[in-house]
Amino acid sequence: MIREVLTGLYHLLRAMGVTLRYFFTRPVTVQYPKERVKLYPRFRGRHELLRYEEGPNLGLERCIGCALCAAYCPTQCIYVQAGENKDGVQRSPGERYAEVYEINLLRCMFCGYCEEACPTGAIVLRREFALADYSRECLIYTRDRLLQPAEPHAIILDDQEQG
Amino acid sequence: MSWLTDVWIPLIKAAVIVLVLLVAGAYATWAERKICARFQVRYGPNRAGRFGLLQPLADAVKAIFKEEIVPNHVDRVLYVIAPGISFAAVLITFAVIPFGPEISLFGQKVGLWIGDVNVGLLYLLAVAGLGAYGVVLGGWSSNNKYSLLGALRATAQMISYELPMGLALLAVVLINGSLSLRQIVESQGSWPLAMLQPVGFLVFLIAILAEGNRSPFDLPETENELVSGFMTEYGGMKFALYYVAEYAAMVVNGAITATIFLGGWKWPAVLSDLHPLVGVALFVAKIVLMVFVFVWIRASLPRVRYDKFMQFCWKFMVPLALLNLAVTAVVLAVVA
Repeated sequence: MIREVLTGLYHLLRAMGVTLRYFFTRPVTVQYPKERVKLYPRFRGRHELLRYEEGPNLGLERCIGCALCAAYCPTQCIYVQAGENKDGVQRSPGERYAEVYEINLLRCMFCGYCEEACPTGAIVLRREFALADYSRECLIYTRDRLLQPAEPHAIILDDQEQG
Repeated sequence: MSWLTDVWIPLIKAAVIVLVLLVAGAYATWAERKICARFQVRYGPNRAGRFGLLQPLADAVKAIFKEEIVPNHVDRVLYVIAPGISFAAVLITFAVIPFGPEISLFGQKVGLWIGDVNVGLLYLLAVAGLGAYGVVLGGWSSNNKYSLLGALRATAQMISYELPMGLALLAVVLINGSLSLRQIVESQGSWPLAMLQPVGFLVFLIAILAEGNRSPFDLPETENELVSGFMTEYGGMKFALYYVAEYAAMVVNGAITATIFLGGWKWPAVLSDLHPLVGVALFVAKIVLMVFVFVWIRASLPRVRYDKFMQFCWKFMVPLALLNLAVTAVVLAVVA
Protein backbone atom coordinates (compact mmCIF):
# COMPACT_ATOMS: atom_id res chain seq x y z
CA MET A 1 0.00 0.00 0.00
CA ILE A 2 2.65 2.49 1.06
CA ARG A 3 4.83 1.34 -1.81
CA GLU A 4 1.94 1.89 -4.21
CA VAL A 5 1.35 5.39 -2.89
CA LEU A 6 5.01 6.30 -3.12
CA THR A 7 5.40 5.01 -6.68
CA GLY A 8 2.21 6.83 -7.61
CA LEU A 9 3.53 10.03 -6.12
CA TYR A 10 6.86 9.54 -7.85
CA HIS A 11 5.18 9.11 -11.21
CA LEU A 12 2.95 12.12 -10.66
CA LEU A 13 6.00 14.24 -9.91
CA ARG A 14 7.81 12.85 -12.94
CA ALA A 15 4.83 13.73 -15.11
CA MET A 16 4.90 17.24 -13.71
CA GLY A 17 8.60 17.36 -14.49
CA VAL A 18 7.94 16.47 -18.10
CA THR A 19 5.44 19.29 -18.50
CA LEU A 20 7.74 21.71 -16.70
CA ARG A 21 10.47 20.92 -19.19
CA TYR A 22 8.14 21.97 -21.99
CA PHE A 23 7.32 25.17 -20.11
CA PHE A 24 10.86 26.32 -20.72
CA THR A 25 10.98 25.51 -24.41
CA ARG A 26 10.24 28.07 -27.09
CA PRO A 27 6.70 28.12 -28.48
CA VAL A 28 6.45 26.50 -31.89
CA THR A 29 3.67 28.86 -32.97
CA VAL A 30 4.26 30.76 -36.20
CA GLN A 31 2.79 34.25 -35.83
CA TYR A 32 1.34 34.01 -39.32
CA PRO A 33 1.04 37.36 -41.01
CA LYS A 34 4.23 38.52 -39.33
CA GLU A 35 6.23 35.32 -39.58
CA ARG A 36 5.83 32.73 -42.29
CA VAL A 37 6.59 29.13 -42.80
CA LYS A 38 8.96 28.45 -45.66
CA LEU A 39 7.18 27.02 -48.65
CA TYR A 40 8.55 23.82 -50.11
CA PRO A 41 10.13 24.07 -53.56
CA ARG A 42 7.36 22.03 -55.14
CA PHE A 43 4.55 23.83 -53.35
CA ARG A 44 1.48 24.20 -55.57
CA GLY A 45 -0.47 27.41 -55.14
CA ARG A 46 -2.76 29.38 -57.38
CA HIS A 47 -2.67 28.86 -61.17
CA GLU A 48 -1.18 31.29 -63.63
CA LEU A 49 -1.36 31.42 -67.41
CA LEU A 50 2.06 32.19 -68.82
CA ARG A 51 3.20 34.21 -71.81
CA TYR A 52 6.32 33.65 -73.88
CA GLU A 53 9.12 35.59 -72.30
CA GLU A 54 11.64 35.26 -75.10
CA GLY A 55 12.06 34.09 -78.67
CA PRO A 56 9.96 34.89 -81.74
CA ASN A 57 6.67 34.61 -79.83
CA LEU A 58 7.68 37.10 -77.16
CA GLY A 59 4.66 38.43 -75.32
CA LEU A 60 2.16 36.02 -76.83
CA GLU A 61 0.00 33.76 -74.68
CA ARG A 62 1.24 30.21 -74.39
CA CYS A 63 -2.28 28.83 -74.14
CA ILE A 64 -3.67 27.62 -77.46
CA GLY A 65 -7.12 26.74 -76.11
CA CYS A 66 -6.73 22.97 -76.62
CA ALA A 67 -8.64 22.23 -73.37
CA LEU A 68 -6.46 19.24 -72.52
CA CYS A 69 -6.18 20.63 -68.99
CA ALA A 70 -9.96 20.67 -68.69
CA ALA A 71 -10.12 17.10 -69.95
CA TYR A 72 -7.46 15.94 -67.56
CA CYS A 73 -8.72 17.80 -64.50
CA PRO A 74 -9.94 15.28 -61.89
CA THR A 75 -12.42 17.71 -60.35
CA GLN A 76 -13.46 19.26 -63.66
CA CYS A 77 -12.94 22.71 -62.37
CA ILE A 78 -11.44 24.11 -65.56
CA TYR A 79 -13.54 25.46 -68.37
CA VAL A 80 -11.90 26.43 -71.67
CA GLN A 81 -13.55 27.92 -74.70
CA ALA A 82 -11.24 28.48 -77.63
CA GLY A 83 -11.41 31.38 -80.06
CA GLU A 84 -9.73 31.94 -83.45
CA ASN A 85 -6.84 34.29 -83.86
CA LYS A 86 -8.19 36.49 -86.61
CA ASP A 87 -8.41 40.05 -87.91
CA GLY A 88 -4.66 40.36 -87.54
CA VAL A 89 -4.80 40.12 -83.76
CA GLN A 90 -2.41 37.37 -82.76
CA ARG A 91 -2.93 36.39 -79.12
CA SER A 92 -1.16 33.06 -79.22
CA PRO A 93 1.30 31.52 -81.67
CA GLY A 94 -1.17 28.94 -83.07
CA GLU A 95 -4.53 29.32 -84.79
CA ARG A 96 -6.54 29.42 -81.61
CA TYR A 97 -6.32 30.96 -78.19
CA ALA A 98 -8.34 30.65 -74.98
CA GLU A 99 -11.23 33.03 -75.36
CA VAL A 100 -12.68 31.93 -72.04
CA TYR A 101 -10.55 30.30 -69.43
CA GLU A 102 -12.06 29.74 -66.00
CA ILE A 103 -10.83 27.82 -63.00
CA ASN A 104 -13.19 27.23 -60.12
CA LEU A 105 -10.79 27.39 -57.17
CA LEU A 106 -13.52 26.18 -54.83
CA ARG A 107 -13.35 22.81 -56.57
CA CYS A 108 -9.70 22.75 -57.48
CA MET A 109 -7.61 20.47 -55.28
CA PHE A 110 -4.28 21.79 -56.53
CA CYS A 111 -3.12 18.42 -57.84
CA GLY A 112 -1.19 20.02 -60.70
CA TYR A 113 -2.43 17.61 -63.38
CA CYS A 114 -3.35 20.57 -65.63
CA GLU A 115 0.31 21.51 -65.55
CA GLU A 116 1.23 18.02 -66.72
CA ALA A 117 -1.40 17.90 -69.41
CA CYS A 118 -0.56 21.25 -71.00
CA PRO A 119 1.37 20.78 -74.25
CA THR A 120 2.73 24.32 -74.31
CA GLY A 121 3.47 24.75 -70.61
CA ALA A 122 0.94 27.54 -70.42
CA ILE A 123 -0.68 26.77 -67.11
CA VAL A 124 1.45 26.46 -64.00
CA LEU A 125 0.70 26.38 -60.29
CA ARG A 126 2.49 29.20 -58.58
CA ARG A 127 3.08 29.92 -54.93
CA GLU A 128 0.17 32.13 -53.89
CA PHE A 129 -1.85 30.40 -51.19
CA ALA A 130 -3.84 33.10 -49.36
CA LEU A 131 -6.92 32.80 -51.53
CA ALA A 132 -9.80 33.65 -49.20
CA ASP A 133 -12.49 35.90 -50.63
CA TYR A 134 -15.93 37.22 -49.88
CA SER A 135 -18.07 35.39 -52.41
CA ARG A 136 -18.12 32.20 -54.42
CA GLU A 137 -18.07 34.15 -57.67
CA CYS A 138 -14.81 35.78 -56.68
CA LEU A 139 -13.18 32.38 -56.48
CA ILE A 140 -13.96 31.48 -60.09
CA TYR A 141 -10.80 32.84 -61.62
CA THR A 142 -11.19 34.10 -65.16
CA ARG A 143 -8.70 34.52 -67.95
CA ASP A 144 -7.72 38.08 -67.12
CA ARG A 145 -6.99 37.20 -63.53
CA LEU A 146 -4.99 34.13 -64.42
CA LEU A 147 -2.94 35.65 -67.19
CA GLN A 148 0.55 36.80 -66.45
CA PRO A 149 1.47 39.26 -65.10
CA ALA A 150 -1.02 38.46 -62.40
CA GLU A 151 -1.03 40.67 -59.40
CA PRO A 152 -0.94 38.76 -56.12
CA HIS A 153 -4.43 38.31 -54.78
CA ALA A 154 -3.52 38.93 -51.18
CA ILE A 155 -0.55 39.44 -48.91
CA ILE A 156 2.33 37.56 -50.48
CA LEU A 157 5.94 38.23 -49.87
CA ASP A 158 8.54 38.17 -52.58
CA ASP A 159 10.88 35.90 -50.69
CA GLN A 160 8.41 33.08 -51.18
CA GLU A 161 8.92 33.10 -54.90
CA GLN A 162 12.38 31.68 -54.29
CA GLY A 163 11.14 28.97 -51.97
CA MET B 1 -15.11 52.71 20.02
CA SER B 2 -13.61 55.18 17.67
CA TRP B 3 -14.99 55.74 14.22
CA LEU B 4 -11.55 55.90 12.66
CA THR B 5 -10.04 52.65 13.91
CA ASP B 6 -13.18 50.57 14.12
CA VAL B 7 -15.08 51.62 11.03
CA TRP B 8 -13.16 53.67 8.50
CA ILE B 9 -9.85 51.85 8.48
CA PRO B 10 -11.39 48.36 8.15
CA LEU B 11 -13.72 49.72 5.46
CA ILE B 12 -10.87 51.17 3.46
CA LYS B 13 -8.87 47.98 3.86
CA ALA B 14 -11.86 45.93 2.73
CA ALA B 15 -12.42 48.16 -0.29
CA VAL B 16 -8.77 47.88 -1.29
CA ILE B 17 -8.81 44.12 -0.87
CA VAL B 18 -11.96 43.74 -2.94
CA LEU B 19 -10.50 45.83 -5.75
CA VAL B 20 -7.20 43.98 -5.65
CA LEU B 21 -8.99 40.64 -5.67
CA LEU B 22 -11.11 41.65 -8.65
CA VAL B 23 -8.05 42.66 -10.62
CA ALA B 24 -6.16 39.61 -9.41
CA GLY B 25 -9.04 37.36 -10.44
CA ALA B 26 -9.16 38.94 -13.89
CA TYR B 27 -5.43 38.60 -14.30
CA ALA B 28 -5.49 35.06 -12.99
CA THR B 29 -7.45 34.20 -16.14
CA TRP B 30 -4.71 35.82 -18.17
CA ALA B 31 -2.04 34.01 -16.17
CA GLU B 32 -3.77 30.70 -16.61
CA ARG B 33 -4.12 31.09 -20.35
CA LYS B 34 -0.58 32.32 -20.69
CA ILE B 35 1.05 29.69 -18.48
CA CYS B 36 -1.09 26.90 -19.87
CA ALA B 37 -0.09 28.00 -23.35
CA ARG B 38 3.58 27.86 -22.50
CA PHE B 39 3.14 24.35 -21.12
CA GLN B 40 1.65 23.45 -24.49
CA VAL B 41 4.47 25.22 -26.37
CA ARG B 42 2.18 28.03 -27.55
CA TYR B 43 2.21 31.79 -26.94
CA GLY B 44 -1.26 32.23 -25.46
CA PRO B 45 -3.09 35.55 -25.73
CA ASN B 46 -0.74 38.14 -27.22
CA ARG B 47 -2.94 40.33 -29.39
CA ALA B 48 -4.49 42.72 -26.84
CA GLY B 49 -1.70 44.86 -25.50
CA ARG B 50 1.86 43.80 -24.83
CA PHE B 51 2.01 40.10 -23.87
CA GLY B 52 -1.79 40.13 -24.09
CA LEU B 53 -1.89 42.08 -20.85
CA LEU B 54 -5.11 43.85 -21.86
CA GLN B 55 -6.84 40.55 -22.59
CA PRO B 56 -8.85 40.51 -19.32
CA LEU B 57 -10.06 44.02 -20.17
CA ALA B 58 -11.09 42.93 -23.66
CA ASP B 59 -12.86 39.90 -22.22
CA ALA B 60 -14.70 42.08 -19.71
CA VAL B 61 -15.84 44.49 -22.41
CA LYS B 62 -17.05 41.59 -24.48
CA ALA B 63 -18.93 40.03 -21.56
CA ILE B 64 -20.58 43.33 -20.66
CA PHE B 65 -21.87 43.88 -24.18
CA LYS B 66 -23.31 40.39 -24.42
CA GLU B 67 -27.07 40.15 -24.27
CA GLU B 68 -28.31 39.16 -20.84
CA ILE B 69 -30.25 36.01 -21.50
CA VAL B 70 -32.37 34.38 -18.83
CA PRO B 71 -33.82 31.15 -20.23
CA ASN B 72 -37.55 30.60 -19.78
CA HIS B 73 -37.38 27.45 -17.74
CA VAL B 74 -35.07 28.71 -14.99
CA ASP B 75 -35.86 29.76 -11.46
CA ARG B 76 -35.27 33.44 -12.11
CA VAL B 77 -34.29 34.71 -8.69
CA LEU B 78 -31.85 31.97 -7.83
CA TYR B 79 -30.52 31.91 -11.36
CA VAL B 80 -29.55 35.55 -11.12
CA ILE B 81 -28.14 35.59 -7.61
CA ALA B 82 -26.22 32.29 -7.77
CA PRO B 83 -23.13 33.73 -9.50
CA GLY B 84 -23.19 36.55 -6.99
CA ILE B 85 -23.14 34.08 -4.11
CA SER B 86 -20.15 32.31 -5.62
CA PHE B 87 -18.38 35.58 -6.09
CA ALA B 88 -19.20 37.01 -2.67
CA ALA B 89 -18.09 33.82 -0.94
CA VAL B 90 -14.71 34.12 -2.59
CA LEU B 91 -14.32 37.77 -1.68
CA ILE B 92 -15.22 37.41 1.98
CA THR B 93 -12.76 34.56 2.38
CA PHE B 94 -9.99 37.09 2.29
CA ALA B 95 -11.38 38.89 5.33
CA VAL B 96 -9.37 36.82 7.79
CA ILE B 97 -6.19 36.37 5.79
CA PRO B 98 -3.33 38.52 7.06
CA PHE B 99 -1.19 39.86 4.26
CA GLY B 100 1.37 41.75 6.25
CA PRO B 101 2.50 42.77 9.73
CA GLU B 102 1.24 45.72 11.73
CA ILE B 103 2.48 48.99 10.28
CA SER B 104 2.15 52.58 11.36
CA LEU B 105 0.49 54.81 8.82
CA PHE B 106 0.11 58.54 9.53
CA GLY B 107 0.82 57.86 13.20
CA GLN B 108 -1.90 55.26 13.29
CA LYS B 109 -1.20 51.60 13.97
CA VAL B 110 -2.71 49.64 11.09
CA GLY B 111 -2.64 45.88 10.86
CA LEU B 112 -2.39 44.53 7.34
CA TRP B 113 -5.39 42.30 7.73
CA ILE B 114 -9.08 43.06 7.68
CA GLY B 115 -10.18 41.04 10.66
CA ASP B 116 -8.02 39.13 13.12
CA VAL B 117 -10.72 36.66 14.08
CA ASN B 118 -9.77 34.22 16.81
CA VAL B 119 -11.61 31.46 14.93
CA GLY B 120 -10.09 32.38 11.58
CA LEU B 121 -9.60 28.80 10.44
CA LEU B 122 -13.19 27.89 11.22
CA TYR B 123 -14.28 30.96 9.29
CA LEU B 124 -12.24 29.82 6.30
CA LEU B 125 -13.84 26.39 6.32
CA ALA B 126 -17.31 27.84 6.74
CA VAL B 127 -16.92 30.31 3.88
CA ALA B 128 -15.43 27.61 1.69
CA GLY B 129 -18.64 25.70 2.30
CA LEU B 130 -20.67 28.78 1.37
CA GLY B 131 -18.95 28.96 -1.98
CA ALA B 132 -20.47 25.63 -2.90
CA TYR B 133 -23.92 27.23 -2.53
CA GLY B 134 -23.30 29.42 -5.54
CA VAL B 135 -22.49 26.38 -7.59
CA VAL B 136 -25.35 24.27 -6.27
CA LEU B 137 -27.97 26.99 -6.61
CA GLY B 138 -26.73 27.86 -10.09
CA GLY B 139 -26.99 24.24 -11.14
CA TRP B 140 -30.35 23.73 -9.50
CA SER B 141 -32.04 26.90 -10.73
CA SER B 142 -30.86 26.35 -14.31
CA ASN B 143 -33.35 23.50 -14.52
CA ASN B 144 -31.11 21.60 -16.86
CA LYS B 145 -29.86 18.04 -16.52
CA TYR B 146 -26.22 18.85 -17.01
CA SER B 147 -26.34 21.76 -14.62
CA LEU B 148 -28.07 19.66 -12.00
CA LEU B 149 -25.53 16.87 -12.34
CA GLY B 150 -22.74 19.40 -12.01
CA ALA B 151 -24.35 20.84 -8.92
CA LEU B 152 -24.82 17.41 -7.39
CA ARG B 153 -21.21 16.63 -8.01
CA ALA B 154 -20.20 19.89 -6.40
CA THR B 155 -22.06 18.99 -3.20
CA ALA B 156 -20.83 15.42 -3.06
CA GLN B 157 -17.33 16.58 -3.80
CA MET B 158 -17.48 19.26 -1.16
CA ILE B 159 -18.42 16.82 1.57
CA SER B 160 -15.62 14.54 0.48
CA TYR B 161 -12.81 17.05 0.36
CA GLU B 162 -13.78 19.20 3.31
CA LEU B 163 -13.32 16.31 5.70
CA PRO B 164 -9.66 15.57 4.94
CA MET B 165 -9.06 19.31 4.62
CA GLY B 166 -10.48 19.94 8.07
CA LEU B 167 -8.46 17.08 9.50
CA ALA B 168 -5.27 18.38 7.91
CA LEU B 169 -5.96 21.81 9.34
CA LEU B 170 -6.66 20.27 12.74
CA ALA B 171 -3.06 19.09 12.89
CA VAL B 172 -2.00 22.67 12.19
CA VAL B 173 -4.21 23.85 15.03
CA LEU B 174 -2.64 21.24 17.33
CA ILE B 175 0.81 22.59 16.60
CA ASN B 176 -0.16 26.23 16.96
CA GLY B 177 -2.74 25.99 19.69
CA SER B 178 -4.64 28.77 17.94
CA LEU B 179 -7.27 29.17 15.26
CA SER B 180 -6.22 32.73 14.47
CA LEU B 181 -4.58 32.96 11.09
CA ARG B 182 -2.47 35.88 12.25
CA GLN B 183 -1.00 33.78 15.02
CA ILE B 184 -0.51 30.84 12.67
CA VAL B 185 1.49 33.05 10.32
CA GLU B 186 3.55 34.65 13.04
CA SER B 187 4.52 31.28 14.46
CA GLN B 188 6.10 30.31 11.14
CA GLY B 189 9.00 32.74 11.33
CA SER B 190 11.79 30.17 11.19
CA TRP B 191 10.25 27.46 9.06
CA PRO B 192 6.96 27.09 7.25
CA LEU B 193 4.42 24.57 8.42
CA ALA B 194 4.70 22.64 5.16
CA MET B 195 8.04 21.35 6.48
CA LEU B 196 6.60 20.31 9.83
CA GLN B 197 3.46 18.87 8.25
CA PRO B 198 4.43 17.44 4.85
CA VAL B 199 1.61 14.90 4.82
CA GLY B 200 -0.90 17.44 6.07
CA PHE B 201 0.31 19.86 3.42
CA LEU B 202 -0.15 17.28 0.69
CA VAL B 203 -3.67 16.39 1.83
CA PHE B 204 -4.53 20.07 2.12
CA LEU B 205 -3.14 20.80 -1.34
CA ILE B 206 -5.27 18.08 -2.90
CA ALA B 207 -8.32 19.28 -1.00
CA ILE B 208 -7.78 22.91 -1.96
CA LEU B 209 -7.52 21.90 -5.62
CA ALA B 210 -10.92 20.26 -5.28
CA GLU B 211 -12.22 23.26 -3.38
CA GLY B 212 -11.33 25.63 -6.19
CA ASN B 213 -12.87 23.25 -8.74
CA ARG B 214 -9.44 23.06 -10.25
CA SER B 215 -8.28 20.34 -12.55
CA PRO B 216 -7.77 17.39 -11.94
CA PHE B 217 -10.83 17.72 -9.66
CA ASP B 218 -12.96 20.09 -11.76
CA LEU B 219 -15.77 17.58 -11.72
CA PRO B 220 -18.70 20.04 -11.41
CA GLU B 221 -17.90 21.38 -14.89
CA THR B 222 -16.28 18.44 -16.69
CA GLU B 223 -16.82 19.76 -20.19
CA ASN B 224 -16.52 16.35 -21.83
CA GLU B 225 -19.49 14.84 -20.00
CA LEU B 226 -21.51 17.76 -18.59
CA VAL B 227 -21.07 20.44 -21.27
CA SER B 228 -20.10 23.09 -18.71
CA GLY B 229 -21.71 21.54 -15.66
CA PHE B 230 -23.44 24.07 -13.45
CA MET B 231 -22.52 26.95 -15.80
CA THR B 232 -24.17 25.45 -18.88
CA GLU B 233 -27.12 27.86 -18.90
CA TYR B 234 -25.13 30.96 -18.06
CA GLY B 235 -23.92 33.56 -20.49
CA GLY B 236 -22.75 37.13 -20.68
CA MET B 237 -21.89 38.92 -17.48
CA LYS B 238 -23.35 36.20 -15.23
CA PHE B 239 -21.03 33.69 -16.77
CA ALA B 240 -18.18 36.18 -16.44
CA LEU B 241 -19.02 36.51 -12.76
CA TYR B 242 -18.73 32.74 -12.26
CA TYR B 243 -15.56 32.80 -14.24
CA VAL B 244 -13.94 35.60 -12.28
CA ALA B 245 -15.15 34.02 -9.05
CA GLU B 246 -13.42 30.81 -10.02
CA TYR B 247 -10.17 32.56 -10.78
CA ALA B 248 -10.35 34.83 -7.77
CA ALA B 249 -10.92 31.63 -5.81
CA MET B 250 -7.70 30.32 -7.28
CA VAL B 251 -5.87 33.39 -6.01
CA VAL B 252 -7.59 33.19 -2.62
CA ASN B 253 -6.84 29.49 -2.34
CA GLY B 254 -3.23 30.28 -3.13
CA ALA B 255 -3.34 32.88 -0.37
CA ILE B 256 -4.84 30.39 2.10
CA THR B 257 -2.21 27.79 1.29
CA ALA B 258 0.53 30.40 1.56
CA THR B 259 -0.83 31.64 4.88
CA ILE B 260 -1.31 28.32 6.60
CA PHE B 261 1.47 26.18 5.17
CA LEU B 262 4.04 28.41 3.51
CA GLY B 263 4.49 30.93 6.30
CA GLY B 264 2.40 33.74 4.81
CA TRP B 265 4.21 37.06 4.91
CA LYS B 266 6.39 35.94 7.82
CA TRP B 267 8.66 33.20 6.49
CA PRO B 268 11.58 33.60 6.07
CA ALA B 269 11.68 35.96 9.03
CA VAL B 270 15.17 37.18 8.11
CA LEU B 271 13.66 38.92 5.09
CA SER B 272 10.26 39.91 6.41
CA ASP B 273 11.78 41.60 9.46
CA LEU B 274 13.55 44.08 7.19
CA HIS B 275 10.47 46.04 6.21
CA PRO B 276 6.72 45.36 6.36
CA LEU B 277 6.50 45.73 2.57
CA VAL B 278 9.03 42.93 2.11
CA GLY B 279 6.62 40.77 4.06
CA VAL B 280 3.76 41.74 1.76
CA ALA B 281 5.96 41.06 -1.27
CA LEU B 282 6.84 37.63 0.15
CA PHE B 283 3.16 36.90 0.57
CA VAL B 284 2.34 37.97 -2.97
CA ALA B 285 5.25 35.94 -4.32
CA LYS B 286 3.92 32.86 -2.53
CA ILE B 287 0.45 33.43 -3.97
CA VAL B 288 1.92 33.74 -7.45
CA LEU B 289 3.87 30.55 -6.86
CA MET B 290 0.74 28.73 -5.74
CA VAL B 291 -1.22 29.99 -8.76
CA PHE B 292 1.56 28.76 -10.97
CA VAL B 293 1.46 25.36 -9.26
CA PHE B 294 -2.33 25.19 -9.74
CA VAL B 295 -1.99 25.91 -13.44
CA TRP B 296 0.98 23.56 -13.70
CA ILE B 297 -1.09 20.76 -12.20
CA ARG B 298 -3.92 21.54 -14.57
CA ALA B 299 -1.59 21.46 -17.54
CA SER B 300 -0.08 18.15 -16.45
CA LEU B 301 -2.66 15.85 -14.96
CA PRO B 302 -5.79 14.41 -16.54
CA ARG B 303 -9.14 14.78 -14.78
CA VAL B 304 -9.98 12.15 -12.19
CA ARG B 305 -13.12 10.12 -12.72
CA TYR B 306 -15.92 11.16 -10.40
CA ASP B 307 -16.32 7.90 -8.45
CA LYS B 308 -12.56 7.47 -8.25
CA PHE B 309 -12.27 10.86 -6.65
CA MET B 310 -14.92 9.99 -4.08
CA GLN B 311 -13.14 6.74 -3.31
CA PHE B 312 -9.84 8.52 -3.09
CA CYS B 313 -11.20 11.10 -0.68
CA TRP B 314 -13.03 8.74 1.63
CA LYS B 315 -10.81 5.70 1.53
CA PHE B 316 -7.43 7.31 1.31
CA MET B 317 -7.35 10.99 2.19
CA VAL B 318 -9.53 10.78 5.29
CA PRO B 319 -7.57 7.88 6.88
CA LEU B 320 -4.32 9.54 5.90
CA ALA B 321 -5.35 12.84 7.43
CA LEU B 322 -6.53 11.02 10.57
CA LEU B 323 -3.24 9.19 10.82
CA ASN B 324 -1.39 12.44 10.34
CA LEU B 325 -3.47 14.02 13.09
CA ALA B 326 -2.82 11.10 15.46
CA VAL B 327 0.91 11.11 14.79
CA THR B 328 1.06 14.87 15.26
CA ALA B 329 -0.81 14.60 18.54
CA VAL B 330 1.47 11.84 19.84
CA VAL B 331 4.63 13.63 18.82
CA LEU B 332 3.43 16.86 20.40
CA ALA B 333 2.50 15.02 23.61
CA VAL B 334 5.92 13.34 23.75
CA VAL B 335 7.82 16.54 23.03
CA ALA B 336 5.85 18.71 25.40
